[in-house]
Amino acid sequence: MKRTVPMMIAMIGGIIMMIQYFIPHQVSQDVFNYYTEWAPLVGSFALVLGVGSLTRVHIHKIRAKAPNWPYSYAVLIPLYLIPVFAFFLPASIGGGTGKPSVFDFMYSRVQIPIQATMFSMLAFYIASAAFRAFRAKSALATILLVTAIIVMLAQVPIGDLFGRWLPDTGLWILRFPNLAAKRAIELGVGFGMLATCLKIIFGVERGWLGGAGE
Amino acid sequence: MLKHLELLLLMVLLPFGIAQAQEVGPQDATAPAVDSSNPSDSSAVSLDTALEVVPPVEIAPPGAVTVSDFPNDAGDHLLVSFEPSPDEALGILVYRIYRRTPGATDGTEEWAVVKTVAAGDHTEIVDGYDPDYLVTQGTQYEYRVAAVTADCREIPGEVTVAQVVGRGEWFHTEKLKVLIGCIIFISLIFYYFKRAQMCHELYLRPIPGIDAIDEAIGRATEMGKPILYVPGLSGIEDVATIASLTILNRVAKKVAEYQTPLRVPNRDPIVYTVAEESVKQAYMEAGRPDSYEANSVFFVTDSQFAYVAAVNGLMTREKPATNFYLGMFWAESLLLAETGSLSGAIQIAGTDAITQLPFFITTCDYTLIGEELYAASAYLGREPKQVGSVKGQDACKGIVMTLVTVGIILSLVDIFTGGATDPSKSLLLKLQGLVDVTSLE
Repeated sequence: MKRTVPMMIAMIGGIIMMIQYFIPHQVSQDVFNYYTEWAPLVGSFALVLGVGSLTRVHIHKIRAKAPNWPYSYAVLIPLYLIPVFAFFLPASIGGGTGKPSVFDFMYSRVQIPIQATMFSMLAFYIASAAFRAFRAKSALATILLVTAIIVMLAQVPIGDLFGRWLPDTGLWILRFPNLAAKRAIELGVGFGMLATCLKIIFGVERGWLGGAGE
Repeated sequence: MLKHLELLLLMVLLPFGIAQAQEVGPQDATAPAVDSSNPSDSSAVSLDTALEVVPPVEIAPPGAVTVSDFPNDAGDHLLVSFEPSPDEALGILVYRIYRRTPGATDGTEEWAVVKTVAAGDHTEIVDGYDPDYLVTQGTQYEYRVAAVTADCREIPGEVTVAQVVGRGEWFHTEKLKVLIGCIIFISLIFYYFKRAQMCHELYLRPIPGIDAIDEAIGRATEMGKPILYVPGLSGIEDVATIASLTILNRVAKKVAEYQTPLRVPNRDPIVYTVAEESVKQAYMEAGRPDSYEANSVFFVTDSQFAYVAAVNGLMTREKPATNFYLGMFWAESLLLAETGSLSGAIQIAGTDAITQLPFFITTCDYTLIGEELYAASAYLGREPKQVGSVKGQDACKGIVMTLVTVGIILSLVDIFTGGATDPSKSLLLKLQGLVDVTSLE
């Protein structure tokens, strides 16, 4: 029962969605909308489980005095305190979600700058990854290096100084060999996705069932 | 004496003369005095003529309006075409298409402009795309087309009751090719399912990334360090995530056998619940339910970069010996993989995100490219149906490759013959049409 019911739901739902794709009628559109509206609802319930997991992990760390356990307080205190400020306390003492409020301060002055910092680190990581990738250790790596130099120079105004051939070559590389390779991968991905969907619909693939699959 | 009399008479008459000269005419107070006898003052004459009210040019209104049902829709679009005014060249700028619902009580009984088209542009529109003026299935509308001239005159055409009402179709005819393609694909998959079940030994080419999974788990076991498994940052609705969870199940089984610690941080709460159950089940199957750590699979956050910070922190603190990044990734791929590389872990990645593949290839020891991620569960499990599905995919790719090769040959023939060979050209066009529709869908 634990296995059959979810598999039946997946099978019926999958077949309905597959057929729905070919039917433009309003009835078909309503079925599609009805199904897609369910997804956020399920997600909301699952979020409670997620927060529960996070709490459990960090309480366990604090109790066990695991390495770096004081940082667990840095997770748990904002996790529970900020919703209290946002939803329960009056604006006179920094409650609510408007400006000024504790919620707004933590979001716009703490969370967003930290996220931007993480994202900006990508530039340095790209530089170090590029250095590793472009070491001309073999013939293929040398071809990669030369191609990368041409494509990079073709994207910037200085490339024109070498002559019109450089931007044209860079564009040609992007438009033909690069695009052909991308399309080949996309084609394989498309078939792979379709095959996986079929395996789920017909019960061959059961990994998504978690423990109930076996 | 006479001189004095003349002077007196002049003084008496002068005020009358001045008064007569200053008298304002009833016709035009500001108009300059025009000496019509002077032929050189022609500009004054033409200006006077221009100021006269020009009678408007008679422009015929637009002609008949034809309304037909728009094909392959839910009945919420109508195809409206009209005959342009025969005097379009006499100064018509645009046509306004009006619509109303006679007898409606929701405010749509008034004329509303549903579309404005430039004159000479086109005379056919699809009504129903504007979210402010949606077309309701089964409603009888009235249409009227008005021509608008350069001097903002509107010349309305006749009111036309729509000849049809919007009706939804039960099959999208333009998706017929997609349907045929799907049927062929599904048939091939089922054919190979059967073939694999009939104990036919099917060959699968080795994929180094998948072969390295055992080696990577063994390495972590030898080093006594944990294994980090990142199931991507997408939700459970993403096929890549499902493929990743299937691989997680296989990895967890091996991890349970080797008694190696496992860390599975999650970004999506639904993925977290599935992953937790999957790992728990894997430990049970391996006969080691007692070894399962309740906190080995955990939810971190749904914020992308906060998740990266947490996982990177885990990598730098616990220094896992093996990192798996399998699933859907975005900008965080390089942040994760580069940190893992710096921590000295052996890294196996797999994703169908084309833009992230170069980052993984650069920083990871093994990368499953695109479809290999989906095939990994078949490689690891070697179940007949799973293997059959991989062979089915290969067969489909074979068909596409054949079509591409034929297309290349026909293109070359077309180039070398200068388009002189009609059969090859028409076949090429058909092939291009097929590919275009497939890519569109």
